[in-house]
Amino acid sequence: MRTRYVLLAVGVALLVLLPAYGGNYLVRFGTFLCMYAALALGWNVIGGVTGYPSFATAAFFGAGAYAGALLQVAHAPMPLAWVGAVVFVAAAATVVGFMILRLRGHYFAVGSIALVEVARLVASSWSDLTGGGMGLNVPILPGGPEYAGMVFLYSMFAVAAAAFAVGLWIEHGKLGFALRCIQQNEDAADMVGVNTTACKIAAFVLSAVFAGAAGAIYASWTAYLDPSDAFSILLTLKVPVMAMLGGAGTVLGPIVGVVVFQAMEELLWSNFLEIHHAILGLMIVGLIFFLPGGLLSLGARRRMPARATSREVPAE
Amino acid sequence: MSQDPLLRVSGLEKSFGGVRAVRQVSFEVGRGEIVGLIGPNGAGKTTLVNLITGVVRPDGGRILFDGADVTTQRPFQAARRGLARTFQIVQPFPQMTVLENVAAGALFTGKAASRREAERVAAEQIAFVGLQPFAEAPAVSLTLPNRKRLEFAKSLAMGPRLLMLDEVNAGLNSAELDNALDLIRRIAARGITIILIEHLMKVVLGLSTRIMVLHHGELIRAGAPRDVLADPRVVEAYLGQKFAERYGRLADA
Repeated sequence: MRTRYVLLAVGVALLVLLPAYGGNYLVRFGTFLCMYAALALGWNVIGGVTGYPSFATAAFFGAGAYAGALLQVAHAPMPLAWVGAVVFVAAAATVVGFMILRLRGHYFAVGSIALVEVARLVASSWSDLTGGGMGLNVPILPGGPEYAGMVFLYSMFAVAAAAFAVGLWIEHGKLGFALRCIQQNEDAADMVGVNTTACKIAAFVLSAVFAGAAGAIYASWTAYLDPSDAFSILLTLKVPVMAMLGGAGTVLGPIVGVVVFQAMEELLWSNFLEIHHAILGLMIVGLIFFLPGGLLSLGARRRMPARATSREVPAE
Repeated sequence: MSQDPLLRVSGLEKSFGGVRAVRQVSFEVGRGEIVGLIGPNGAGKTTLVNLITGVVRPDGGRILFDGADVTTQRPFQAARRGLARTFQIVQPFPQMTVLENVAAGALFTGKAASRREAERVAAEQIAFVGLQPFAEAPAVSLTLPNRKRLEFAKSLAMGPRLLMLDEVNAGLNSAELDNALDLIRRIAARGITIILIEHLMKVVLGLSTRIMVLHHGELIRAGAPRDVLADPRVVEAYLGQKFAERYGRLADA
C-alpha cells in the first residue's frame, strides 16, 4: 500500500513540474490526465462506491462547460465563471438526481445516458443562447500559450486533487460507509437507518460537481465549444471505462485507470486511427469478463491471504 | 414505564391490485410482550410487517408507535425510531465483514456517533449472538444459521424497542433451533418487545405471551396461546384437526 502512495507522489511531482521541463505537447497531455482523473474520481463516487452505473458524466461536463463559457462571454472573470458553473451544475444535478435516482441498475444506466443526449439537443437547438451548431467562442486567456498552458494545467490539477481528497473522505467517512451499504444492498441499507435517497443524491451531486468544474475549465482552455464536443457520448463512456480499468470503488483505481488509458491512447491509438472505437469496445468487454475488479485487484489478489470462511459455531 | 401500548395499529388496510392483503387489522402490542403472529402462507403476515416498518404504505388505517403517528414513515425512519425487523430471506451486505454489517446498524440509526463507537457497539452485539470468531469474515461466507445470527446482531445494534422477527427460524435444524430459541429469550430479557412471525408451533408456544392469527388478511383471533389454539376457526384456518387434538391432549394432561 505504501509503495502505491510513493508512486502517486512521484507522479504528482512529475505533473506539477511539467511546465519547467516539458513542451506544450506534454503540458497538454498532463492537463488531459488531470481532467480525466477529476472525471473518473468524480464518477467513482456514484458509479464505483454507490454502484449506480452512471453515464451522465458528459451531461454535467457539458453543462459546466456551457455555463462557464456563457458567464465568460457575459464578461464574468474566468475564476468567477468557473465557480458559477459549479454552482449551476450542483443545482442541476440535485434536481435531476431526485428524478433519475429512483431508477436502479440498467434502467438507471439508460436514463443517465439519455441525459447526455437531451442536454446536447438543448444546447444545439437553443442557438440564441449557445450559438447552436455554430459553436461558441470563449474569450482567450491573455498572456501567451505557455502561461495559459500552465494556468489550465494547475487548475485541472486542483480539481483532480479535490476529487481525490473527496475520494479519501468517502472511503473513511460516514457518507462513504452509507454509500457502500447502498451498493451492497439498498433495501437493507434503508432498513438499518440509511436515508438512501439523500445519500444517493449527495453522491450524484458530488460526482457531477467535478465533471462541471472540469467542463468549465475545459471551455476556457479550448476557447471554443460546440454541442457535440461538450456533450460527447465518447467521453461519457470513456470515464467509467477508465475507472473500471484501474478498479472502481477504490480511491487509487480511477487514477491508475486514467494514466494507463491515456498512455495507451497516446502510444497505441495514434497508430490505429481507423479502429480506435473498436478497440475501446473490445476493452469494455474484456474488462467486464476478465477483470471486473480492475488493474488494482491484480495486486490485491496476490497479496491477500485466503479468505476466512465460516463454520458453524459449536452449540454452547 | 407508561401504560399505553408500544404499538397500536387501527383499521390497517392494504391491497395489491385486486388482492386485499391486509383487511381492517387492528391490534395493540404492550411493552415487553412477545407476541406470536401466525397464519397460513399468504395470510398477509409479511405485508403487515412491511406496513409497520414503512416498506409499503397502507391504503388506510393508522399506526401509532410509542404514541407517535408513523403511518407514512419510510424504512430508515422506522429504523431510527427503534422499529427493527429481520427478514425471512436474510439481507446482509454480502461483501462487508460481519463487524461492518453490524456497525452499520449502530451508526445509521444514531445509536453510535462515530465509526469507532459503532464498531464497539457492534462487537458487543456480535459477542451476544456468539459470532465473535467471524467478526472479520465477509458476510457472504457465513453459513445459514450464522447469517441469521448476523441479522439478530444487526437488529440489536440498532437499539430497537420493537423487534419484528419474520420467520428467523425457517430452515434451521433442531439443535440450531434450540440455540435460536435461547437467543430470542435473552433478547426479550433485555426488555425488547418482540413480534414473532413463525410457522414452527414449538417456537411460538415456547415464547409467546400472546398469539394473533391472521387469515386472508384478517385478524381472526388474538389472545392467550391456550385460548387461541382452542378456537375452532384457528384450527380450521391454520393448525389442522390433528394438531388441535394433540395439543388438546397435551393441555389436558
